[in-house]
Amino acid sequence: MADPRAQTGRDLLGNWRVVFGGGVFLMLVVMALAAPLLSPADPLEQDLMLELLPPVWQAGSEPRHLLGTDGLGRDVLSRLIHGTRVALAVALVAGVLTAVLGTTLGLLAGYFGGVVDSVISRLVDIWTSFPPVLLSIFLVALLGTGLHSVIIAIVVIDWTRFCRVVRAEAMVQRRMEYVDSAVTIGLGRFQIMIREVLPNVLPMVLVLLTLEMGIAIIIEAILSFVGLSLSSDTPTWGGMIAEGRQMIHQAWWMMTFPLGLIILSVLGMNTLGDGLRAMLDPVLRR
Amino acid sequence: MSDDVLNIHHLHASLAQAPNCGILRDVSLSIAPGDVHGLVGESGAGKSMIAKAVLGILPSAVTLTEGSIHFQGRNLVGLDERSYRSILGRDISLIPQDPLSALNPTRRIDAQMTDVMILHMGWNMARARAHALDLLNEVHIRDPESVLRKYPHELSGGMRQRILIAVAFACEPKLIIADEPTTALDVTVQKQILRLLREMRDRHGTSILFVTHDLGVVAKICNTLSVIHSGMIVEQGAIADIMAAPKHAFTRSLFAATPRYDRPADTLVPVPQNVVTALKNQAAAFDLHRKASS
Repeated sequence: MADPRAQTGRDLLGNWRVVFGGGVFLMLVVMALAAPLLSPADPLEQDLMLELLPPVWQAGSEPRHLLGTDGLGRDVLSRLIHGTRVALAVALVAGVLTAVLGTTLGLLAGYFGGVVDSVISRLVDIWTSFPPVLLSIFLVALLGTGLHSVIIAIVVIDWTRFCRVVRAEAMVQRRMEYVDSAVTIGLGRFQIMIREVLPNVLPMVLVLLTLEMGIAIIIEAILSFVGLSLSSDTPTWGGMIAEGRQMIHQAWWMMTFPLGLIILSVLGMNTLGDGLRAMLDPVLRR
Repeated sequence: MSDDVLNIHHLHASLAQAPNCGILRDVSLSIAPGDVHGLVGESGAGKSMIAKAVLGILPSAVTLTEGSIHFQGRNLVGLDERSYRSILGRDISLIPQDPLSALNPTRRIDAQMTDVMILHMGWNMARARAHALDLLNEVHIRDPESVLRKYPHELSGGMRQRILIAVAFACEPKLIIADEPTTALDVTVQKQILRLLREMRDRHGTSILFVTHDLGVVAKICNTLSVIHSGMIVEQGAIADIMAAPKHAFTRSLFAATPRYDRPADTLVPVPQNVVTALKNQAAAFDLHRKASS
């Protein structure tokens, strides 16, 4: 008899979306963890003699600075690698917190229904009618800049995404016969919600989480771009884009590389989510 | 009688929206210790409603308007949720209709089997698991240790129904409600499951309320029988008496409509229309009488 775990392992590797997305994610993790080892230079070290150097394959470049330097002579590659730390930290922390909050409320609404559902669903309706970018800028302005406010802003805006999906799924699951069986062995309602319904919505939550991590990276970049995230002492992708925008005619590389990395990361996360969804859904599997 | 395990007394249920339209009409039945009571009827006759009323899981649209359900002398009608939960799984348990959907697909068998024992017997995981192992042996599952570690989708329908039977007997309940436990299984497996249920009943002395539409199944396992139509009991008694001489026209036509291998297929007779019409009229008259007298 086949070991189900080995089977799952083979499915994972046989799915190019999961391989690609997982690869991108792993790359980001390695970049973030080993940033000081991987970066060729100090991301904050300024050298005004070497400002606006182009990438190595262009004339007038310096081999020490593979992807060139910015307006203050700082190494672009090193800043990119260090910027991964902020991006990934936001993606993970904000993603998980959003998932926890949204799943909890969605589960309560979907499983209990009635008044609980009405209250939570109306809240979601009102919430989603705010323009998200404006709401996040407003929130960060209110909370002050910094990583924690960025994370709070993402959680506050995006919990509705999880809430809606989990609510719908919980409503399906609570009508399943195994929930009735759980009632007839005398389990309480909260016990049934946690033990019986939650495990069945978790695959869905996992897929949403990967998507949410991509979204969190974008929101962090937007907030950095408008200068509401971290001070420019800490390299962030959005901050690099903002700086690069001012010199787009003299130094295209300053804006292009962080932009490319954001696109790659978000694409990777979305592809991973897509692959996991296809794999966890028994109907799409075949 | 007071020593009956279950005593349903003049139970009447109707839709909350339409109180004059009966769903159960004056249903009375009692089950003595060790008895297997068959509850037979067509789809929509109300047999599952009786089972659900005993388990306290009636749909919210249905209300019990009259009568009582005494379990070991205690009235279950109007019992609060907490008290009900202490009885369900412990003193009354259910063998569900569809073993394929009654087990949670995301949890291992051992986790699902031990829930009920940890909840009601106050055992720890190790003790409950050991008992689960004994139970699996008792329901003739080979290699129970590896089955405990499996997920439901790795097991066949018959295996899953055996597991659910094991769970139903786990806390030595006084009454088991078997809601068409063989309907979702194929015929050869049905036979094994029935044999197993009879064996378990003999060993544990548990009373069973056996809900089914299959008279062939009833004949194999039950010793008393209620035939139900339109929410009314049309005939009730010891199985041998009813089989030998069914009194009501509906019971007679049910027996006649049961396919038998020793008869050609074209002798299959549906329940005659006049019998059904008479029953429906009787039900309507019953409702009218209740409305007038209330």
